[in-house]
Amino acid sequence: MSAVILDHITKTYENGKVTAVDDVSLEVSPGELFGLIGPDGAGKTSVFRILTTLLLPEKGTASVLGFDCVKNYREIRNRVGYMPGRFSLYQDLTVAENLHFFATLFGTTIEENYTLIKDIYEQIKPFSNRRAGKLSGGMKQKLALCCALIHKPEVLFLDEPTTGVDVVSRKEFWAMLQQLKQQGITIMVSTPYMDEAVLCERIALIQAGRIMSVDTPEKIIDTFPAQLFAVKAADIYRLLTDLRNDPATESCYTFGEYLHITFRGHPDTNPQQLQEWLEQRGHRNVAVKQIRATIEDSFIRLMNEA
Amino acid sequence: MAEKVIECRELTKQFGDFIAVNKISFDVMKGEIFGFLGANGAGKTTAMRILCGLSYPSSGTAAVAGFDVYKQQESIKRNIGYMSQKFSLYENLTVTENIEFFGGVYGLPMQEIRRRSNDLIRTLGLTAEAKKLVGALPLGWKQKLAFSVAIFHRPRIVFLDEPTGGVDPVTRRQFWDMIYEAAASGITIFVTTHYMDEAEYCNRVTVMVDGKVEALDTPARLKQQYQADNMDEVFYRLARGAKRSAD
Repeated sequence: MSAVILDHITKTYENGKVTAVDDVSLEVSPGELFGLIGPDGAGKTSVFRILTTLLLPEKGTASVLGFDCVKNYREIRNRVGYMPGRFSLYQDLTVAENLHFFATLFGTTIEENYTLIKDIYEQIKPFSNRRAGKLSGGMKQKLALCCALIHKPEVLFLDEPTTGVDVVSRKEFWAMLQQLKQQGITIMVSTPYMDEAVLCERIALIQAGRIMSVDTPEKIIDTFPAQLFAVKAADIYRLLTDLRNDPATESCYTFGEYLHITFRGHPDTNPQQLQEWLEQRGHRNVAVKQIRATIEDSFIRLMNEA
Repeated sequence: MAEKVIECRELTKQFGDFIAVNKISFDVMKGEIFGFLGANGAGKTTAMRILCGLSYPSSGTAAVAGFDVYKQQESIKRNIGYMSQKFSLYENLTVTENIEFFGGVYGLPMQEIRRRSNDLIRTLGLTAEAKKLVGALPLGWKQKLAFSVAIFHRPRIVFLDEPTGGVDPVTRRQFWDMIYEAAASGITIFVTTHYMDEAEYCNRVTVMVDGKVEALDTPARLKQQYQADNMDEVFYRLARGAKRSAD
């Protein structure tokens, strides 16, 4: 049985004028680390709120651990942990008080499940008497995770836990998630950062309320249908303009110091030819290589096809 | 020699015992895209507030658009633009009203505002949305409009504080197209971001760690210096040893 099931779920706001979630179906297996990848406004938070029984869908059915999200909401609430996107702790309570509060709420004690949060909590323990409102972003994030875990949930919902957090803290956070996964907890996590997609076992790419693709990151990348080249030159802005204005170019986007480019109807373009062609046009220090797509390439392509 | 738009020497800001910004020095040239990176709590926001004329330094000197950060804060404010992910436009004003409001705040004559406003709305493809509330626009459009409004009074320099946070990958790139265009027209760009691919789009990048500028160079030279394949690695190597962390 799947840990999480969304079956043709639709959610609208403002009397049907705004469709936040549009006929979404997906399943998450027990013990899986599943990522919902998409920008702000894609519908990620609405999906989480439906699954955590805080929002009613208009159409479709959803269940968590076999319990219906509408009819059996009490059972679900006892069995899941939820870390909302915005800081959800009590700012005026200390670190220890917040943790104690959430433990009590779920009829348990900090001691009972301490092993589960030990590794994370030890990092913020030196600040246990500090008010949550006075913590740094990274520490708030750790405390919120502890509070979502203290009742030993079977499924953990994390809504954009790494948004606005720097690269170093983001890496630490994902390492913590891998450890929790080892303990058998099913984790559903959302993020706007495409580079975090590869840290999940399976992902759903979501845009404008619709799921564009659900699969392992590897398989999504494998289905990228075109030859993809990374190109750079001394004047990258002129290179971008030249390539975009060329009728043979199908797509051309900046990716760090390179441009990622696909061509129309040229099944066998080779890097050498492309390099010579660009040099003939007066570009200097040209470098061309054929590359494997990233999740961000796939996301952009699916977005443009939609 | 290119014209210096920001000159910063040993700039320091201290709150009690805590040195938020610790003797930072750098110059930013006219038309440059200057990336200002750092871990949470490194002191970026504090430094930016000083450079925007919103806070006084404790010591050191800095001039922005030729104006002194101690004595000429009001002149600084008139010559810069500012936009952040969190605050940019008034959600319950229409597109046109927002443009007129910010144009007015910066003292442009109404006739000029109207003319430029029409041009801008057409360029952005927002003609059908001109009378809609900004709150009803998709995030990507909002951010593009916010940037245009931030440079509407043609400032010498524009400060962008995580302008692309949460924006979809296509819009994020369109946003950078606008940044390039503005820089090519001579507006200096001072930008912070958590997307390390965006650091590659900057002419030069600083990385702040614990209040100090730990690195300052072109992305290519930084990658060479830290023997890294990308800016993500450069950043990780520099910031991993940071002792401070805050929002």
